[in-house]
Amino acid sequence: MLIPHPLLGLRDAQEFTYLGDASLIHRPDGMAENAAETFFDYVYLRDNPAGVHRELWFHEQGDRSWLVVTRDTTTHEILGAELARDVALAAKGGAQ
Amino acid sequence: MSRLSGGLIDRSQRLSFTFDGKSYSGHPGDTLASALLANDVRLMGRSFKYHRPRGVVSSGSEEPNALVELRSGARQEPNTRATMAELYDGLIANSQNRVGSLAFDLLAVNDLASPFFAAGFYYKTFMWPKAFWEKLYEPMIRKAAGLGSLTKLADPDDYDKGFLHCDLLVIGGGAAGLAAALTAARAGARVILADEDFRLGGRLMAETHTLNDAPAGDWIAALEAEFDALPNLRVMRRTTVFGAFDHGIYGAVERVSDHLATPGKAVRQTLWRITAKRIVLAAGATERHIPFANNDRPGVMLSGAMRTYANRYAVSPANRVAIFTNGDDGHRTALDLMAKGVEIAGVIDTRTEAKALGKYPLFAGAVVSNAKGRLGLKSLEITRDGTSHWIEAGALGVSGGWNPNVHLASHHRGRPVWDEASLAFLPGTDLPPGMVVAGAAAGRGTTHGALTSGAEAAVAALGAIGITAALPDLPRAEDAPQAQSAFWHVPGKARAWVDFQNDVTVKDVKLARQENMVPVEHLKRWTTLGMATDQGKTANVTALAVMAELTGKTIPQTGTTIFRPPYTGVSLAVLGGGDTGAHFRPRRLTPTHEWAKSQGAVFVEVGQWMRAQYFPRKGETTWRETVDREVLATRAGVGLCDVTTLGKVDVQGADAGEFLNRIYANAMASLKVGMVRYGLMLREDGHAYDDGTCARLAEDHYVVTTTTAQAGPVYRHMEFARQCLWPELDVQLISTTDAWAQISVAGPNARMLLERIVDGFDISNEGFPFMACAELTVCNGLRARLFRISFSGELAYEIAVPARYGAALMGRMVEVGADLGATPYGTEALGVLRIEKGHAAGNELNGQTTAQMLGMGKMVSTKKDSIGAVMSRREGMVAETRTLVGLMPVDATEPVTAGSHLFDEGAAQKTETDLGWITSACYSPHLASGIGLGFLANGKDRIGQVVIAANPLQGQSVRMRVVSPHFVDPEGGRLRD
Repeated sequence: MLIPHPLLGLRDAQEFTYLGDASLIHRPDGMAENAAETFFDYVYLRDNPAGVHRELWFHEQGDRSWLVVTRDTTTHEILGAELARDVALAAKGGAQ
Repeated sequence: MSRLSGGLIDRSQRLSFTFDGKSYSGHPGDTLASALLANDVRLMGRSFKYHRPRGVVSSGSEEPNALVELRSGARQEPNTRATMAELYDGLIANSQNRVGSLAFDLLAVNDLASPFFAAGFYYKTFMWPKAFWEKLYEPMIRKAAGLGSLTKLADPDDYDKGFLHCDLLVIGGGAAGLAAALTAARAGARVILADEDFRLGGRLMAETHTLNDAPAGDWIAALEAEFDALPNLRVMRRTTVFGAFDHGIYGAVERVSDHLATPGKAVRQTLWRITAKRIVLAAGATERHIPFANNDRPGVMLSGAMRTYANRYAVSPANRVAIFTNGDDGHRTALDLMAKGVEIAGVIDTRTEAKALGKYPLFAGAVVSNAKGRLGLKSLEITRDGTSHWIEAGALGVSGGWNPNVHLASHHRGRPVWDEASLAFLPGTDLPPGMVVAGAAAGRGTTHGALTSGAEAAVAALGAIGITAALPDLPRAEDAPQAQSAFWHVPGKARAWVDFQNDVTVKDVKLARQENMVPVEHLKRWTTLGMATDQGKTANVTALAVMAELTGKTIPQTGTTIFRPPYTGVSLAVLGGGDTGAHFRPRRLTPTHEWAKSQGAVFVEVGQWMRAQYFPRKGETTWRETVDREVLATRAGVGLCDVTTLGKVDVQGADAGEFLNRIYANAMASLKVGMVRYGLMLREDGHAYDDGTCARLAEDHYVVTTTTAQAGPVYRHMEFARQCLWPELDVQLISTTDAWAQISVAGPNARMLLERIVDGFDISNEGFPFMACAELTVCNGLRARLFRISFSGELAYEIAVPARYGAALMGRMVEVGADLGATPYGTEALGVLRIEKGHAAGNELNGQTTAQMLGMGKMVSTKKDSIGAVMSRREGMVAETRTLVGLMPVDATEPVTAGSHLFDEGAAQKTETDLGWITSACYSPHLASGIGLGFLANGKDRIGQVVIAANPLQGQSVRMRVVSPHFVDPEGGRLRD
C-alpha cells in the first residue's frame, strides 16, 4: 500500500504504524460532569464501516507526522491524507 | 529413444545429472522434465493420496505430477516441478512421496483401498472412536500424507529483497508480452518485462508458426537485440510475478541462481516489490485435459505440452503417440510430431464432423475410454458408438481446450466471466486498477491476436498515464480460428482423474454432488480439488464443468473460482529476504558495549538491545555467584551500570509543563527547575502504562525517561497527544535515547566517586539533594547531565554524557573509584537491587495493573485532566483490592517462582479462591533468601500473614510470609543521605 503523505508525497505503508479510527482525535473533556460516560464512548465505541473510513497512521519510520488517512476498507483505495494536527486544529475552531 | 531434430537445446554440450541415483545426460536448454523424457523416463512421481505412478503432464509451471526433491544436503528442496527446473551439470533429483522405490511404492496399497479414501473420507472415517484421533489416525495420516520431505538443515543460501518502479509492468514474455514491451519501450516509458521462463518467447518457442514467413526465433532474437539497447526497459527472465497487491504493487520472485549448482557469491532468489503505474497481463493460457478412465497413466499428457517438448526440447515421450482432442488444437500436435518423424497411432476426436489435417488415422466421434500400462502407457481403449477396441501407444496427448491465465486479474476479487464462444473463463471488467489483459490470457490466443492485442494493450495502458505510444509494425502471423466442442469428460465407472496432484476423480465430484456440496466453494473443500501445490491450474475449470453437467446447470450458473496470490509457490526463504538469524532485526549496542565485552561481560537480549547481564570474574563458577557479588558490592561500596537503554524524550516549549501534566497521572507543571519527579503514565482506559522520571532542566525544558521496552511506544503516544489531542500547545518532542550515554552510579560511595570527576560542581547533600538534577561538565569540560535518582534504594545518581563518551566515562569511573570498590554490574544485579527495594518494573507494569494496585492510587491527580485519569476512577477499578506486597518463603531454602498464584493456606487452589500472583522473584544476597514481589488481595492488611504460592506446573506449593515490598531500607534514609 502507498500513502500520499501531504508533505512527502507517496510513501510505502511499511513506513507507517497504524492506530485506528480518527475519532480518537476528539478526546472529551476529562473535567466535565459527564466525563465518565463520554470517555466510555471515546475509549471503547468505534464504527467499523465497510467503505470509507478515516483512520490514524503514524509515519514512524519517516518524519513522525500523525496522518488522518481516508481509506475505503472494501477496496483499500486511499482517498486522501491530511496532517492530523491540521484536522485537530480545525476541529478546535482553527485555534493555534 | 533418441532426440528429435531441431529444438532450442545446445547439443554441443552435455550435462550429466541423476534421478533416483541413476545417471543420465541432457543439454543446456533442457528442463529436468525434458531431459528425463529424452532418456525414456516417463515415470516421475507418485500421487498424493493413492500413490499412483505418475508421469509429467505439462511443460510449465502448472505441472501437477512431476514433483521432485531437487539437490541434496541442506539445499534439497521438495515439491520442485521438473518442468521448471533448468538442467545444470551435476543436478541431483529424487522422486518423492513413496515408500520403497518409485516403481514399487509400498503405499500404493492405498490405491486398492480407494473406496475408503473417497472425497471427504477424513471427515467421516476418522471420526470414531474419538480417542483414536490423536494416537492413531492423525500420526498415520501425517506420515502418509504430504509430498516431499524437508531436510531440517538450515538453508545455506542468501536471499534478497528489492524495490522497482515502472510506468508499465508487462507480465509474460510470449507473443503478447513481447509486443506490449516493445510498444511501450519504444515510446520511452519505463518498462519491466517479467517472465517465469528462462527464455523469452512463451508459446512462440513451442509452436512451428512463422513470423514474416521466417521461424519465430529469428524475430525474437532481433527483438532481444533491440531490448538490450533500450535503457528504459528491464527484462527479467526467471521471474514470476506471483501477486497483485494494493495500489499497483506487484510481488515477483526472481530465481537468480536456481539454474546453477550453487549460487556462488550471488543470491539464490530475490523478492521484488514492483510498483507499477500500469500493467499488461499477458500470462497466456493453460491447456486442460479430458478425464477418462485411468487417464493418469504415465505418458498421458497435455497435447500442447507434447508440442513444446517436440519443438522446443526436441523430444517425444514415445515413438508411437496418440492424440485425444475435442477440437482442432490436438490435430496440430499430430502434425508437428509427424513432421519430426514420430509415428501417430491415431487422433481420437470427440467431434463426429472432424476431418484429418494430414496422413494419420482419425477416429472421429470417438473417445478414449481406458488406458493400460501402470508404470508407462502401453495401450488405449477407443470407444465409438458403443463399440470399443484397443490400440497401442506409448504416449497420449490430450487437448481439452485452453484456460486463459486470469489468476492475477482476480487477485482483487475480480470474477472471471464465462465466454461460451471460446468455452473459457475470460477476465471480467473488475480488474485490479491499471491492469489491461492481452493475448491468450484475454482469449486472443492466435499468434496474430496475441501480437496485436499486446501492442494495443500497451498503447491503451500508457495513454491512460499520458504517454503516447505508437503501434509497431508487427510481423505477419497465423490467425487461424480454433474450432472446439464442449466435451468435458468421458463417462464411465472406473476412476477418471480431474485433479492429478490431489487425486480428485470424477467420482469424487459426483459424491460431492450427492452430499449436496454443489457450490464450487463446497466442492473444493469437500474433495480438496485445486488445493494442492499446483492450486488446480489444470483441474478447476474441468471440475466445474463436470459438476455443471451432473446438476444440469450451465457453467456460469455453477460458479467460478477466483484466485489468490501466489500464482505459483513462493519459498518462505525468499519472503524472509535475508532477514534471518542475526539480520532478523537490528541489534542495538549500548555505548559501553565494547568496554563491557573487554571486561568479560555476558550479554542478554532486551528487545533490540544487547545489555551486559553480569560480569563474571575469575573463580566464579555460577552466574548467581557473580550477581550476588555485584549486588553486595553496590550496597557496600559503589556499583556502575549502563542504563542508556531507558527511553529519553526531550520535551521543550512554553507549554511543556502543561503538556506533561496531561501526559502523566501526577502533576509535572509544578516541578521546580533543577528537580526530578517520578512519573506514572496511564493508558486512556485507566490502566498503568509506563513509568519513569521527569527532570526539569529549565522553565521550558524537561527530559523524560521511559522503560526500555516502551521507549518506542511511549514516544509514539506522546507524539499522538501533541499532534492529535493538543496541537494548540507550544511543545516540541524529540527522542534522545541514542544521543546520551547514561550510567547509574549507586551505593554509599557514589558521591565520593562522582566528586572525583565533576568539574567544581557542588554535589553535597545540601547542594545537590535527593531528586536534584543539573547540567554540568565532568572530566575537564565534558558536557554532562546529572540526576540524583535511585532505582536500587542506595544513594545513587545517573550521569549522562554524549553517547560517544559513554565508554570512556565508564572506564574512568571504574579507574578512579577502584579504592571505593567501584564495581560494574549488569541487568541481573539491577533486577535484584530493584526487587529488594520494591520498585515496580516491566513485570508489574504489564498492562493489566492499575496505579492503585501499584500503591500509587493517590498519585492520580483529580485536580487536572490527564490521559487515563477519568477511566481509572471507574467502579471496578476502584474496587480492586490487590496491591503490591513483598513475599518471603517461611523456610528460606524454599524457591520463589514468578508466575505462582497465591492462595490462603488450606484453600482449594482454583480461580475463585485465587488471591493474586507473584510478578518478580530473585535471590536476595542481602537477606540470604529468595524474595518476591506480587499482587495480593487486601495485601496491606495481610502483612505478616502466611499464604501459599502455588506453581502447579512445577508441582510447587510454598508457604510465603507477606511482608512490605521494601526489603531494604523501608524508610528510604539511604537514598536521602
